Amino acid sequence: MDTLKDKCCVTGIGETAYTRGCNKSPTALQMEASLAAIADAGLTPKDIDGVIPFFAGSAVAEDFITNFGIEDLRYSVTAPMGGASCVAAIQSAAAAITAGIATHVLLPLGRTGYSGTRAPARVAAFPQFRIVGEFEMPYGAVAPVQLYAPMARRHMEIYGTTSKQFAEISVTTRDHAILNGNAVMTKPITIEDHQTSRMISDPFRLFDCSVESDGGAAIVISGADRARDMRQKPVYVMGVAEGHPDSPSAITQRPDLTVLGLAKAAPRAFEMAGVGLDAIDVAEIYDCFTYTVLCQLEDMGFCAKGEGGGFVEDGALGLDGRLPTNTHGGLLSQSHMAGMNHIVELARQLRGDAGSAQVPDAEVGLVTGYGDMGDGSIAIMRR
Amino acid sequence: MSEPSENRLLPQPTEDSQPFWDALKAHRLDLQTCGDCGALRHYPRPVCPECHSMAVTWTTASGLGSVHSWTVSYQAFHSAFQDCLPIILATVDLEEGVRMNCRLDGVDPEKIEIDLPVEVAFEDVNDEVTLPVFRPRASTGDA
Ligand SMILES: [Zn+2]
Repeated sequence: MDTLKDKCCVTGIGETAYTRGCNKSPTALQMEASLAAIADAGLTPKDIDGVIPFFAGSAVAEDFITNFGIEDLRYSVTAPMGGASCVAAIQSAAAAITAGIATHVLLPLGRTGYSGTRAPARVAAFPQFRIVGEFEMPYGAVAPVQLYAPMARRHMEIYGTTSKQFAEISVTTRDHAILNGNAVMTKPITIEDHQTSRMISDPFRLFDCSVESDGGAAIVISGADRARDMRQKPVYVMGVAEGHPDSPSAITQRPDLTVLGLAKAAPRAFEMAGVGLDAIDVAEIYDCFTYTVLCQLEDMGFCAKGEGGGFVEDGALGLDGRLPTNTHGGLLSQSHMAGMNHIVELARQLRGDAGSAQVPDAEVGLVTGYGDMGDGSIAIMRR
Repeated sequence: MSEPSENRLLPQPTEDSQPFWDALKAHRLDLQTCGDCGALRHYPRPVCPECHSMAVTWTTASGLGSVHSWTVSYQAFHSAFQDCLPIILATVDLEEGVRMNCRLDGVDPEKIEIDLPVEVAFEDVNDEVTLPVFRPRASTGDA
């Protein structure tokens, strides 16, 4: 069967400075990141003929037409999957390019998560949260952390997973942010710091939660045939898929609270890529909360369901560990850019441009997205 | 612990859910029921996921259930809940086989565990809205 394997590449990446506090509009932030990604690709803004704006962002396709003077935009969709949107958009972009609909597709994201509207109000405005809004928010379940927490609690009760295992993820991710140079959290933390940080919604402490921040990130996807002659070393999309749990937003509809949409998407993406888990040199895993990393490791099959706690111990996710993960500092410590920063970092790693966080000789890696309490997306890429 | 203030995020019923909220006002927990195959479902929705029938009836639940999972929130995230922290939010398996998220009251957070038997109570927020709240069962013995 003809698939999207190796048909497209990430050809451009761009980021603004990540901050907590900023006087730029979310629209300006995503234009700034987009211009950086387009320049990185060696293109001009008018070369963009496809755009997949973040579904809950401030900019729509029209903004890119008018800001960039694009005369013939041929493709624009959105992927309304919360934090799974950015990686799911790679699938959509690759499909459009492979079908000949568009040539260079821009995936932009910009937000003022710190300076502007905070997560509870942002999420309440998502159409896919209508059910949560009517049947859960009136009881006090207002913020995402309060809906992720019961998943983590169930995992802890059934499998014996511990808060200290969550702390391993938090500390390792902070270590990586410190190496990055563009991260909002730059102070080292210890397991003890995590264990004494403020309880937000049990079992999640402050250091289990991602950091609301301001900034923008963007990538450009182009066909592999063109990418070989473009400015950067191409990063090939080997496999890509999205997966939805039985109910993405309303966690009550899911037979098993500890299994996510990624469990359905990952086998499809690996089959398309034609590689196994052992090929993965570096992983950028959506980390809105520490637990979500642990759960996704299980759902991808790096360990059995219930064994994620043991898997992440002893620095397994560090640069010298068995699976270097979130080498940029993730949403937990670099910036909450809804995972667009994870895609940027994977491309950087596979180009060999990740500086002091470079995983030596990284050839193949993966990036995941996770949103709406369970939607999943995954892309496997190679240099 | 005091009750949430009235400026809370009150539900906006739809054509599909109005009977659910009306039943709560009468202090009943009613579950949407397929008019063809009889499957129960919650939250209310127009189509039966088992047989795709759009025929709807309603069944009054026993109000008995058990804790599937939970969280204890120490931050309110909305001013309405500021004065009643910590809030316990439980995912409850009803005896009828459906699951719902709800507030859990009247229990020491340290004493919550999976399968804790709970029962529904009704909180009249105002003249228009009654919300369900779960509490540990008064008696879980062999009565
Ligand atoms: Zn039916």
